[in-house]
Amino acid sequence: MKVHNWNKYPVADANFKSFDNASNLPFDSKYIVRGNGRCYGDSSLNNNILSSLRFNKALAFDVESGIFTCQSGMTLDQILQIVVSKGWFIPVTPGTKFITIGGAIASDVHGKNHHFEGSFKNHLVSFNLLTANGEISTCSATENPILFETTCGGMGLTGVILEVSFQLKKIESAYITQKSIKVRNLDEMIDLFNENQHVTYSVSWIDCLTGGKSKGRGLLNLGEHAKLSEISDKQRLTALAPHPTKASTFPIDLPSFSINKLTVKAFNTLYYHKQTSKIKEFVSHYDPFFYPLDAILEWNKVYGKKGFLQYQFVLPLETSAQGLNIILDKIREYGQSSPLIVLKLFGKQEDFISFPMEGYTLALDFPIRKGLFEFLNEVDRIILDLGGRLYLTKDARMSPETFMKGYPNAQEFIDRIKEYNPDFKFESWQSKRLNITK
Amino acid sequence: MSTILILGATSDMAIALAEIYAKKGDKLQLAARNPSMLTPIKKDLEIRFGAQISTYIFDAMDFNSHEGFYNSLDTKPDIALCVFGYLGDQRKAIKDWDESKQIIQSNFTGAVSILNIIANDMEDRKEGVIVGISSVAGERGRVSNYLYGSAKAGFTAYLSGLRNRLCKSGVHVLTVKPGFVNTKMTEGLPLPKPLTAQPEEVATAILKAIKKQKNTIYVFAKWRLIMYIIKSIPEFIFKKLSL
Repeated sequence: MKVHNWNKYPVADANFKSFDNASNLPFDSKYIVRGNGRCYGDSSLNNNILSSLRFNKALAFDVESGIFTCQSGMTLDQILQIVVSKGWFIPVTPGTKFITIGGAIASDVHGKNHHFEGSFKNHLVSFNLLTANGEISTCSATENPILFETTCGGMGLTGVILEVSFQLKKIESAYITQKSIKVRNLDEMIDLFNENQHVTYSVSWIDCLTGGKSKGRGLLNLGEHAKLSEISDKQRLTALAPHPTKASTFPIDLPSFSINKLTVKAFNTLYYHKQTSKIKEFVSHYDPFFYPLDAILEWNKVYGKKGFLQYQFVLPLETSAQGLNIILDKIREYGQSSPLIVLKLFGKQEDFISFPMEGYTLALDFPIRKGLFEFLNEVDRIILDLGGRLYLTKDARMSPETFMKGYPNAQEFIDRIKEYNPDFKFESWQSKRLNITK
Repeated sequence: MSTILILGATSDMAIALAEIYAKKGDKLQLAARNPSMLTPIKKDLEIRFGAQISTYIFDAMDFNSHEGFYNSLDTKPDIALCVFGYLGDQRKAIKDWDESKQIIQSNFTGAVSILNIIANDMEDRKEGVIVGISSVAGERGRVSNYLYGSAKAGFTAYLSGLRNRLCKSGVHVLTVKPGFVNTKMTEGLPLPKPLTAQPEEVATAILKAIKKQKNTIYVFAKWRLIMYIIKSIPEFIFKKLSL
């Protein structure tokens, strides 16, 4: 069966099987667990793929303490449908709710509140992990702590994540008070991120095709969970309503030339000028705030059948401003990027193999075209020289050297994988490409 | 509030049915062979829908246990859904009697054994609904799956006879022929997308058919046509085809 992840590249012709019970896994070795396939690349691809989507049952929900326990194949979408109406929310969420809890751990995902509340790992109570020797170990910050930290961000290479307990976040309403600031250029953007570090959620959209004095212009979006007193009477009627379950589906794969300099420039100009005032304040439901693209199912079709690459890197705080300037120039010169460029300031995090570190992270899409891989190799070099690194969850092409240089604990990670997973029972195309399972 | 008994409650189709009934606020009795799989299903439905659920160990092939199992139910069901089945491996089964036997007993003998007991009870009570998940594979034996198909053919005939008998007692018997369904059982098979239903679609169709007191349903109407064509091919041609 042909399997690819969200960016449609690469494509595996794989034995695809799912499990709903840890005691009868269909594969013995050389497989990788896959959740809902929302990573961008090959980290959940191999010739044998074990899908966790049928291992998706809620197991316990303590409405008083907000501790939620479920099987690892449950998606944030399914969890929100249960917990929001009881006044709780997912503590850390990426830009789509269609990811599994197992994936959230394996990628140690971050969200718009990283500077404030850290990555998903910070909110874990514990999880059970089926390891290569066939045993199930409970892992937490205090129990099997080394296995715990190697699994968070460990891309599924330590074993199969089974039951997961984590702490939800208390909310008064399902709404978000938002503030959107129109920002003239990169310098102003960085100042505003710094000034707003006390705000729970912050993220910005950047226009990557405008240079000169307006380089890095964009919109900074800030948000807080709305208190009951902050929402309108009409909103109060649905104060704790979860997101609607219906969405529209993008109908067809667009031809791959649809995303080009002209269309992106037009989109960016419209998007930037749509907001006429400097500051716009409003209250919206959490769904459009956290998951704007989820409203259009299968939006990845805009890049056509050949697919696209998402590229996300982080730079240390000291080199961020200088680095972003260089890289934005580079991207503008290349000219083939997507309209969706996301910039965000991460807070401090010094975890074993997780992606975030204090500094700025930028994420953007590139339709797959001739010359793209060479171009990204060049950008990789700039990022490494500045002390940055790339997000494994959004990687389909980095070199082993880029991985080794970007992640200070890369060698130690490889050594630990060899210890926990000596026969490379758990292995992905990515782990092979990066020489982690070799 | 009705009481719904689901036999073979750990399959994808059974879970989809349980979700709809749990959402409606009905009381569920989930029965399956493997209790370690029933527990998470029960907890999930309780957490998501606040449903009232009891679980039972039920082995379709352990015929002698069926009477005791049915008597152990806390209340007698208003609707009994017979969802279990076993696709098996046709190629293995033609050479291996144990595989053949499992296909026949799971899809036919086991179902007959438990439904006999349920039918007698409902006939006495003069109320109830019995739903049997049969298959389009039972409409004509084909080289690729005639063991599964013949067991399901037997089951279809059994359900039709049961309907004939229980009609007078006000007990409704529904035969469901789902066609291809995207489940654990069919995982990895190259099923044509337009003909393949999701378990939720099958579950919704079953509830609708119970409400309308239908006798036999196909989940997608096009299956009725497809099976009509397959049944119409003269045997002297059919025997040479590899379907």
